[in-house]
Amino acid sequence: MMPLLRIVARWTLASRMRLCTVVFVVFILAIVAFGPLLSPYSTTAINASERFLRPSWSHPFGTDEMGRDIITRVLAGARLSVLISASVLSVTLIVGVVVGGVAGFYGGLVDLVVMRITEIFLTFPTLVLAMALAASLGPSLGSMILALSIAWWASYARLLRAKVIELREEQYVEAARALGMSSWRVLFRHILPNALGPLVVRITNDFGGVILFSTVLGFLGLGPQPPTPEWGLMVATASRYLAITPSYALFSGSALFITVLAFALLGDEVYESYRSTTRRD
Amino acid sequence: MSVYLLRRFAMMLVTFFGITLVVFTMTRVIPADPARAAAGVGASPQTVAMIRHELGLDRPLLTQYLFYMRDLSRGSLGKSVYSRKPVTTEVLRYLPATIELAMTSFLVLCLVGIPLGILAATHRGHAVDVVTRIAAVGSTALPIFWLALILQFIFFYHLHWFPIIGRSGGIALRPEHITGFYVFDALITWNWPALVDTLRHMFLPLVTLVASRLAVVVRLTRVCVLEVLSEDYVRTARAKGVPNSRIVYKHVLRNAAGPIVTELGMQLAWMLGGSAVAEAIFVWPGLAYFALLGMASVDYNVIMAFTLVFALIFLLSNLLVDVICALLNPKIRLE
Repeated sequence: MMPLLRIVARWTLASRMRLCTVVFVVFILAIVAFGPLLSPYSTTAINASERFLRPSWSHPFGTDEMGRDIITRVLAGARLSVLISASVLSVTLIVGVVVGGVAGFYGGLVDLVVMRITEIFLTFPTLVLAMALAASLGPSLGSMILALSIAWWASYARLLRAKVIELREEQYVEAARALGMSSWRVLFRHILPNALGPLVVRITNDFGGVILFSTVLGFLGLGPQPPTPEWGLMVATASRYLAITPSYALFSGSALFITVLAFALLGDEVYESYRSTTRRD
Repeated sequence: MSVYLLRRFAMMLVTFFGITLVVFTMTRVIPADPARAAAGVGASPQTVAMIRHELGLDRPLLTQYLFYMRDLSRGSLGKSVYSRKPVTTEVLRYLPATIELAMTSFLVLCLVGIPLGILAATHRGHAVDVVTRIAAVGSTALPIFWLALILQFIFFYHLHWFPIIGRSGGIALRPEHITGFYVFDALITWNWPALVDTLRHMFLPLVTLVASRLAVVVRLTRVCVLEVLSEDYVRTARAKGVPNSRIVYKHVLRNAAGPIVTELGMQLAWMLGGSAVAEAIFVWPGLAYFALLGMASVDYNVIMAFTLVFALIFLLSNLLVDVICALLNPKIRLE
C-alpha cells in the first residue's frame, strides 16, 4: 500500500494545478463520506409547516416542497451519485476485462464474434440505450445501475482487447505461458498490471460522466423514485417550482455541477500526464 | 468508390440486424410484465393471460422475434400496448420534430464550432484558445437539463423573451402540414408569422443543445487542425514562403477535414441523446417525448421503436460520414 501512496503523492505534488485538483476531489470525497453526518435533519421526513423556506442559518439552502432541508438532501445525493458511478464502473470494468480478455486471448472466431457484438453496443448512442434499458427494467436504483453498465461496458472491452493483443507478444507473457501458467493467471498477473495506465485514465475520465448520465436518467424519472435524494430527481422536482424558489434548482444543480467538475478536472489532469509520459517513451 | 460504399452499406445492414436482436432481447427478457401492466391493477389472471395471448407474448421468444422481423420488413413496428395504435404512424408523426431540432442544432453547432476551432488552432494561446479550453472542461461537467433550466429561468421567467413549451404558439400559428418540418413548411408557404413563431419556440432548446457541446467541438477541431499543422509538408510550405492563410486553407484544412468529420459524427450520438433530454424539458413533441410517455408504462413496442429509430438515424449518419470521408480522401476509397 505504501509504494502506491508514495506514487500518488509524488504525482500530486508535481504541479500546482494538479495539487489544487486533487484537493478539490478529496474535498468532494470528504463530503461524500462525512457530509450526511453533519446535518441534524432527515432526508425524507415530511414537515408540512416548513415548506419553501428561504435560505437561513438553520436551513442554509432553504427547504423544499415537502419541508425537507435541501442541503441535507444535496449531501445525501452526493453520496448516492458517487456510489452509482463507482458501481457502474466496477461492473463495466469486470465485464470489460472478461470480454476483452477472452477476445484478445483466444483470437480467431471467438474474437470475431465477441467483437461484432461489442461493436453493436458501441453503435447505440449511449444515453438512448441507457434510457431504453432503464425503462424496460422498470425505473429503480438497481435498474439504473444495470442500464448504465450495459450501455457502458463495450468501450472497456475494446480497450482491454487492444491491450491484450498488444501485450500478448511481449516476452514476459511468452515466458509466463512457457512456464505453463493458465490463461487467466497470465491475464491477471502479467497483462492487467501493464494495462493499468490506460485503464486508470479511462476510469477517472468516465467517473464524472457516469454521474452525469445517471442524473439525466434520474431527471427523466427513469432512476430511483421519490423520496430518494437523487440529484437528477431533485432538479426535476425543483424545475416545477422554478417560479417560486429558483434557489432550489440552483443549489441542487450547482452541487451536481461542482462534483462532476472536480472529477472532470482530475480526469483531464490524469489524461494529460499519461499522454506526456507515453510520448516520452 | 461504389464498391466501397456497397461494402459499408452491407456492414450497416448487418449491424442493424444485430441491433434489432439486442433491442428485442432487452425489451423481452425483463422482469416487468407488459401484459400485466396493460391489464391494469387488480386484473384477474385470466384477463392477464388473455392479453398476453393477444399480444403474442405467450409464444416462444424466437417465434416472437421472427414475427417482429417480418413486421419490421413490412415497415410495421407493432402496436402500442396502451393506445393499441400502430407505433409506425405515431413514430412518423413525432419524428419530424426530433429531426428538425437535432439536425438544426447539429448544423448550428458545426457552423459555429468548426471556425472557432480553426481559430483556436491557428492562434494558439490567444483568448479564443484559453477561453474554449476552460469552457470545454466546464461544459463536460454541466448537466444539460440544468443548463436548460437556467436558460428557462433567464429567458422565460425573468425576461419573458422566448416560450419554453412546444413547437408553436397555437393552431393559428402552425404552418400548413406538408412535410412536418415546421421551419421548412413555413418557408415554402411564405408563412412569416408561423416561421417566426417556430423559430422562437426552437430557440431555447437549440441554444441548450449547442451551448452544452460547443466547447467540445471547438477543442476537437483544434486538435485535428494542430495535428496537420505539425506535419512536414506544412513546414516545407512555410519554408517556401507560402502565405499563412494559403497554408491554412489549401494544405491544413484539406487534410484535417477527414478527421474533423469523423469526430463530428461521434458527436452526433451525443446530440441525439441530448435532444432526447431537451425534448423532455421543453415539451418538444418529438420521438423521445413520445417514447418517454411509453416508458412510464413499459410500452415495449414504443421503447423498441424509439431505440431502433435513434440507432438507425445514428447508423445512417455514420454512413454519410464515411461517404464524406471517402470523397475527401482518395486513400480511403481506393483501399
